Amino acid sequence: MENKIKILICQGTGCVSNGSEQLYELLKINIEEKYHDKNIQLKRTGCHGFCQQGPLIVIEPEGIFYTKVKQEDVEDILKSTMGVIKPVERLLYVDPTTNKPVIHYKDISFYRKQQRSILHYCGVIDPKDITDYVGIGGYSALQKALSKMNPDEIISEIKKSGLRGLGGAGFLTGRKWESCKNALSDIKYVICNADEGDPGAFQDRSVMEGNPHSIIEGMIIAGYTVGAQKGIIYVRAEYPLAVKILKIAIEQARHEGFLGEHILDSDFSFDIDIFQGAGAFVCGESTALVRSIEGKRGIPKPMPRARTTEEGLWNKPTLLNNVKTFANIPLIINHGADWFAQIGTDKSKGTAVFSLTGKVVNCGLIEVPMGTTLREIIFDIGGGIPNKKRFKAVQTGGPSGGCLPAEMLDLPVDFDSLKQAGSIMGSGGLVVMDENTCMVDVARYFLDFNQRESCGQCIPCRLGTRQMFSILDDITQGKGRHGDIELLLELSESIKSASICGLGKTAPNPVLTTIRYFRDEYEAHILEKRCPAGVCSIRGDL
Amino acid sequence: MEEDVINEILASYRGDRCELVPILQEVQENLGYLPEQVMAKIARFLKIPESHVYSVALFYAQFRLLPLGRKRVAVCRGTACHIRGAPEILKNIEKSLGIKEGETSEDLEYTLETVACIGCCALAPCIRINKDVFGNMTSQKVEKLFSSMSGRGKNGK
Repeated sequence: MENKIKILICQGTGCVSNGSEQLYELLKINIEEKYHDKNIQLKRTGCHGFCQQGPLIVIEPEGIFYTKVKQEDVEDILKSTMGVIKPVERLLYVDPTTNKPVIHYKDISFYRKQQRSILHYCGVIDPKDITDYVGIGGYSALQKALSKMNPDEIISEIKKSGLRGLGGAGFLTGRKWESCKNALSDIKYVICNADEGDPGAFQDRSVMEGNPHSIIEGMIIAGYTVGAQKGIIYVRAEYPLAVKILKIAIEQARHEGFLGEHILDSDFSFDIDIFQGAGAFVCGESTALVRSIEGKRGIPKPMPRARTTEEGLWNKPTLLNNVKTFANIPLIINHGADWFAQIGTDKSKGTAVFSLTGKVVNCGLIEVPMGTTLREIIFDIGGGIPNKKRFKAVQTGGPSGGCLPAEMLDLPVDFDSLKQAGSIMGSGGLVVMDENTCMVDVARYFLDFNQRESCGQCIPCRLGTRQMFSILDDITQGKGRHGDIELLLELSESIKSASICGLGKTAPNPVLTTIRYFRDEYEAHILEKRCPAGVCSIRGDL
Repeated sequence: MEEDVINEILASYRGDRCELVPILQEVQENLGYLPEQVMAKIARFLKIPESHVYSVALFYAQFRLLPLGRKRVAVCRGTACHIRGAPEILKNIEKSLGIKEGETSEDLEYTLETVACIGCCALAPCIRINKDVFGNMTSQKVEKLFSSMSGRGKNGK
């Protein structure tokens, strides 16, 4: 068993788009025909994270890492796996600094500097097979919680761990759970927010596709803790593969007795359904999300209002957490709060998962301890900027976040320091920009997004974002006027202070940060009618 | 025929108003869009005003009130795609297909739309044709993809 050869083939959305399903079939046929007497296990896994190099194949137990595999490579891979030939050199990752091929994935700089705990088993286990998850100790946290811990003990453990909500706002998870547990009601709900609407982010999708049971287990423990009977995973309809894998996982969990009546022979009963979001960014906001499940337009409730933990779905107490927050729960229950609390910084504990994309050599999904600097992420893990270009900015937090310049590269990435710098942690998109990216165009892009996604309920957001967009649009077309920057700043302040929900309150952030750090680019567009990055098509470039 | 499909879909629901979004999704999955008379029927089934069904259908980006092409081409407008040239890719596709964003070709072969993010950012810029994702798009790839697709209607890979 120990020395069994495993061929792991990634079936995440990225690798599938490069043909990994066909590769799997071909490998299967070849193994059945030629190597059926050998002890080879072919396994489909979730995302390895290094999507850009896909389709990815890993040969265990050695950990040989093959990239950009094509159908014609299958025979050589099998031959080398059987020891007939050496590892197939043309498929190995070539380190861009040393120009040498790297055989094992643990030696690749992209992986070496990461600390994977939420993603630890993504790309290792078969997400469609619950026995794989159980085999790595899955559902033992649930067992421990149900048999040895009462809800108060669980809450105190999570509080002690310091875990904060990984959807972006960073509210203390233990406090949220406590508030929902203390709410008086016979009926309560647990909702997993998997409506990953930020453009440029795919970390939640990857966890759902790679290790769905970790989320389900976290939700069941949450249900037990707060006293809920029903869970709902709210997932974007744009993620068909994630939906499919979650459905299979829920079915298997029911079959094994982890979901349903009297879970693991206890008095606790809990079940989970999937709700597919129909494409509205604002539904990431808790009250909008709840309304959309109720069959209404997804419009946030105005303040003042009761907390969702007291009055949520169908006006019942509802616990709403992000995918990664739930995925952390089994880890904390199993390894203890102290283990978790030693990772990260003083106020931001644990790890952060990012989608590292844009103008960076190594694109993909990464996980690092909170407090890792932007420089380490972009240059050590990401391998820097391709084509010898100069780094200009990194965008964090999606349309609610901001762009940080080179001077901020040594900023530790955690909830508080990002906020201080004018951006937010958000759900985990990191988009790297180089000298050929125009910051005014980026601001215009995000305001375009925000004005399209504004639900239209409150005037500051509905009209304000539209006005900001049209000013930015003018500037990028060379029609900017003196005073536009001040006007944008003034509008930003009004929208921030007067909007009803988080979408409006954060919508100006991309503009505010680009003005704060790249004002010269705005001025070049407005005063000199020139786009320094050469992106905007301004007539008669000077 | 259409009637039967709708009846069959509705039969699998309880008739609770909270089922509106899933019903609309399933109907659209089968018919490709939400015809007006079908929305009226859903309203009667759920005992809610037609205007409510209509307002919900308009609110969410996923829903379409007009028939769509057999091939739905979605250009990702995500941040990573944007800075790696998605606007250019969109322009190229508009040129190849002779339709603009949001339009459907007259022969109902293609619908061209943009989406907020496909979640394949590491392969930016990317597009989706029906359920298949194509990454690292270039203008050459666009040309190849659409000349081969218009031929036999077989999808690209």
